[in-house]
Amino acid sequence: MIIKLAIRNLLHDRARFLVTLIGVLFAVVLVAVQLGLFLGARKMIVGMVAHTTGDIWIAAYGANSFEQASILTGRERFLALSVPGVASVTPLVVSFSRWRKPDSGTVNVIVVGTEKAQGSLKPWNIVEGAAAPTLQDGVIVDRTYAKSLGVSGVGAITEIAGQRVRVEGLTNGIRSFTTSPFIFTSTKKAREILSVSPDQATFYVINLLPGADPTHVKREVAAKLPDVSVYTKAEFLKLNLDYWLFGTGAGVALLGGALLGLVIGTVIVAQTLYSSTKDHLTEFATLRALGSSSFYIHKVILVQAIISAIIGFAIGIAVSLVVAQFSEVTPMPIVLTPLLAVLLLGATVAMCAISAIASIFKVTKIDPAMVFAR
Amino acid sequence: MTGVPILEAQHIVKELGEGEGKVVALNDVSLSLYPGEFTLLMGPSGSGKTTLLSILGCILTPTSGSVKLAGESVEGSQPEKLAGLRRAHLGFIFQSYNLFPTLNAVDNVRIALDVRGFSRADRRRRALRALHNVGLDHRLRSYPGTLSGGEKQRVAVARAIASSPAIILADEPTAALDAENGQAIMELLAKIAKKDNCAILAVTHDPRTIPHADRVIEIEDGKILEQKKSAQFTRIAADTSGSENASNSDQRKRQVHA
Repeated sequence: MIIKLAIRNLLHDRARFLVTLIGVLFAVVLVAVQLGLFLGARKMIVGMVAHTTGDIWIAAYGANSFEQASILTGRERFLALSVPGVASVTPLVVSFSRWRKPDSGTVNVIVVGTEKAQGSLKPWNIVEGAAAPTLQDGVIVDRTYAKSLGVSGVGAITEIAGQRVRVEGLTNGIRSFTTSPFIFTSTKKAREILSVSPDQATFYVINLLPGADPTHVKREVAAKLPDVSVYTKAEFLKLNLDYWLFGTGAGVALLGGALLGLVIGTVIVAQTLYSSTKDHLTEFATLRALGSSSFYIHKVILVQAIISAIIGFAIGIAVSLVVAQFSEVTPMPIVLTPLLAVLLLGATVAMCAISAIASIFKVTKIDPAMVFAR
Repeated sequence: MTGVPILEAQHIVKELGEGEGKVVALNDVSLSLYPGEFTLLMGPSGSGKTTLLSILGCILTPTSGSVKLAGESVEGSQPEKLAGLRRAHLGFIFQSYNLFPTLNAVDNVRIALDVRGFSRADRRRRALRALHNVGLDHRLRSYPGTLSGGEKQRVAVARAIASSPAIILADEPTAALDAENGQAIMELLAKIAKKDNCAILAVTHDPRTIPHADRVIEIEDGKILEQKKSAQFTRIAADTSGSENASNSDQRKRQVHA
């Protein structure tokens, strides 16, 4: 009967119920998009490091992310190789540069140079052309950025910092949080583009021998290389996330937006629920006079809130999935995972339950004697 | 009336307001209700009828005095305990029916049973039986908005009797009804009192309802003036209603479906 009464109370004023649902829907879409952008940003930020096969990263002191690190001298590679437990040390050359569009103008890009044979980082999600740069001047770009780079497809020829390059392959979904596209090429070509000497690199990625302890080896490498920063892979992932999401404030803005969505949703639902409760106050007083416990009445209100939450969530998540689908071809993808959906459902129910508090306070103070009022 | 009272009120005083605006709504009122007895509480507006009903119904707390319900003192009980006592022993009928506009007749009765913790099957069985007893078999799925005043009050009576409470308190149950329906409801309540051995106290100021009652309590200015039993009614009814009650008696009996 509680569920039936709750549903009837909600449907009694359909316009108000619609406002409640719009409030929940608005909150769900806003929170889903903001958190989806957060997850999308997170995926973009960790993409390069996560796809690199290696256990320990050597970077210049003060490097704050994959995209922003100074060039190392080159001697680090050999010193690292002398540490017990190290199987190989491969260079990565990463830096910003300027891509000349074939028609006119230039675009900021991040050149990622990786060794052809034993490189620790190779492009993934290849959708067209070569799986890795094979030509001396070969580069691989993501098709999301093809238009902004002025690239029509595989075979396009242009220049980066005055160096001729030829598009050898296209990937799908390798996006950059900085909005500057990643351009995969060989370490040799990257060094030419960035004008650094042949033994220099931005990072050295260490692969360990089987059974070697990353933390122990990292300590040993750091002891041998006191002038650079040495991270385990997990530490370097965290460094990147901390910098881009929280150091720049981008993540805080996204999470703040999500929180704002919850607050706005709570206020809208609380107002409509309170208004509904006030309209049904005589009925609640009648229930109380008939001997219902306060909890029975609270349950009616809570069920009203939860029904609003579930219906609003269902519509909201459907809208969010459509928005996320559209975002897949944009540089800022919205990532909606099943876990996020479950958490969002929990947050929506919690939001509506919190919204019910004012109404619950109202009926808690209800005087059953009002049933005798004329 | 003899036997053990199901409800006893002793020396009830109820003061409303504070300071100079303080009003004594009830002044040293004592009364008892007995199983199977249909009692009318009569008096002019402002005499304290509804206040007394609220106190007897464990809805309002007296300033002083004691109320015993089924042998249990309600003095000092917290609101949840009072609600529990109402749930266990009391049924209510309100002047304005107080039906749930979003629920049909059966559900209006079922929700009162749900509050009292009856099982789903029991709720359905008791609700149908109660509505049958008040003659509403044909209006089970009707919503209050589509029912006449008399039918609404019958649903309210069904709601009150469905859980077989020991006591039913009715606040002006005929005030919103025409004379015919009012008489029918009173006759119905009188029959329920006898049939279910239920103590019914109905507040009214309609003297035409007197012949249905076993006892009439007159209250004025917060004090009980006198209590009369059925044997003393003939004269009162005749004095107040003339021959109207007698001439309509047969017709009313035909309308009552209890």
